[in-house]
Amino acid sequence: MSDDLIQRVLNVIATSKRIPLETVTIDSEFQQLGIDSMDAVEILFALENEFDISIPDEEVRSVRNVRHMCEGVERLIAAKSAGAQATQ
Amino acid sequence: MRRVAITGIGAISALGRNIAEFAESLREGRSGITPIESCDMTDIRFRNGAEVKNYSHQPYFEDRRADFMDRFAQFAVIAAREAVDSAGVVWTPELRETAAIITGSCVGGQSTEDLGFVEVYKLRHNRVHPLTIPKTMANAGASHMSMEFGITGPSYTISTACSSAGHAIGQAFWMVRSGATDLAITGGSEAPFSFGILKAWEAMRVVSPETCRPFSKDRKGMILGEGAAMFVLEPLEAAEARGARIHAEVVGFGMSADACHITQPSAEGAARAMRAALRDARLAAEEIGYINAHGTATLANDPTETVAIRSVFGAHAGRLAVSSTKSMHGHALGAAAALECLAATLALRDGVLPPTANYNEPDPECDLDVIPNQARSKQVAYALSNSFAFGGLNAVLALAAPR
Repeated sequence: MSDDLIQRVLNVIATSKRIPLETVTIDSEFQQLGIDSMDAVEILFALENEFDISIPDEEVRSVRNVRHMCEGVERLIAAKSAGAQATQ
Repeated sequence: MRRVAITGIGAISALGRNIAEFAESLREGRSGITPIESCDMTDIRFRNGAEVKNYSHQPYFEDRRADFMDRFAQFAVIAAREAVDSAGVVWTPELRETAAIITGSCVGGQSTEDLGFVEVYKLRHNRVHPLTIPKTMANAGASHMSMEFGITGPSYTISTACSSAGHAIGQAFWMVRSGATDLAITGGSEAPFSFGILKAWEAMRVVSPETCRPFSKDRKGMILGEGAAMFVLEPLEAAEARGARIHAEVVGFGMSADACHITQPSAEGAARAMRAALRDARLAAEEIGYINAHGTATLANDPTETVAIRSVFGAHAGRLAVSSTKSMHGHALGAAAALECLAATLALRDGVLPPTANYNEPDPECDLDVIPNQARSKQVAYALSNSFAFGGLNAVLALAAPR
């Protein structure tokens, strides 16, 4: 995972949840950050806008921490660019 | 205080265009959930809903009258006509002047509003249809019902999301019980199948990609529904005196606010509403034989409702039958409580408890007797109908079998 991607995800979480950026790390659990299910849905919405991706419901059911969230975003970005290349 | 009888019932939903079809679907455990047809679903992540299939305002309304009515208001009047017909109401000038209409709706005519937004935002037309406001307002159902029957008494609409019709029926019940009115028409109506509304539900990530499986371990969320159910409520004594058929009695109404979270349910709030309904009905918890659950089939609702039922009923929770008919008629939002109060009414009247359809697998967190998939022949004396809305506003109705 690139540092840039991680930074952007941390930023989205901090902005969306309105908490200081320094409180969010790659090792944070949602529970530690006080992120409930509705907060998570809002963060997903912000991530979709930030990375221009579509995050399917089934991708997010088991995501409980920032690392999993970053990995999921990375996977979806890769799938998107693979799809874009395939259509070129 | 007067006893309150349900003397008229009417419904239109995914389970049919009248009470007979609704009752038959519940008895057979037949779900009305199918691919959504009334909206282009290409860009929406879910597919299924509980629609009134192939609906047209004909033969219910002349074209010119229908021009003034959003689909949700049409449903309200269609269900109210059947309710009033079946009650055999004998209208007098005095009754028309004092009868009450109290309806519930969550999104009202937002489908009409959605079309207006397409006009101005997408198509860049500089005007919307002049009837957008009177078709959109949530009270349009109650207003058209008042015009339909010439009722000039107290009439209004309650909007408390998924509890709307529960609060409406409860208020109507209290008005009849207290003597504030001698007849009330009450219930709820909803028609949320419009692209903008469906996108908003998609964004919440609570809609099932397949079907609605309340209390089942493999449940994946709710399924939206549409329709209306309406009731005629009268003082029991007057209803009996005129020889009206009594479908059931409304005996209690309880409300509460979670004061907790705008979307997450609270077991304490739900339990408080059930206890309030029992207290209002002067019933002991052990007297309840059936609960028509809120049972949305979201991950959060069903275990929370189970905890709430266990906290109110204690050991009796294991002897109660509980089902969610949303598995068949979908979650009709502001009409949900009306369709569910109707399901409970029919259960008490006919001695058949409706099942939880689409049930696959027990969930230890929802360990109640949920009447899986097959209706059960059993006469119970008292039932509850639970409604727990987004926003934490809860309404529970207590009903009694006709005696």
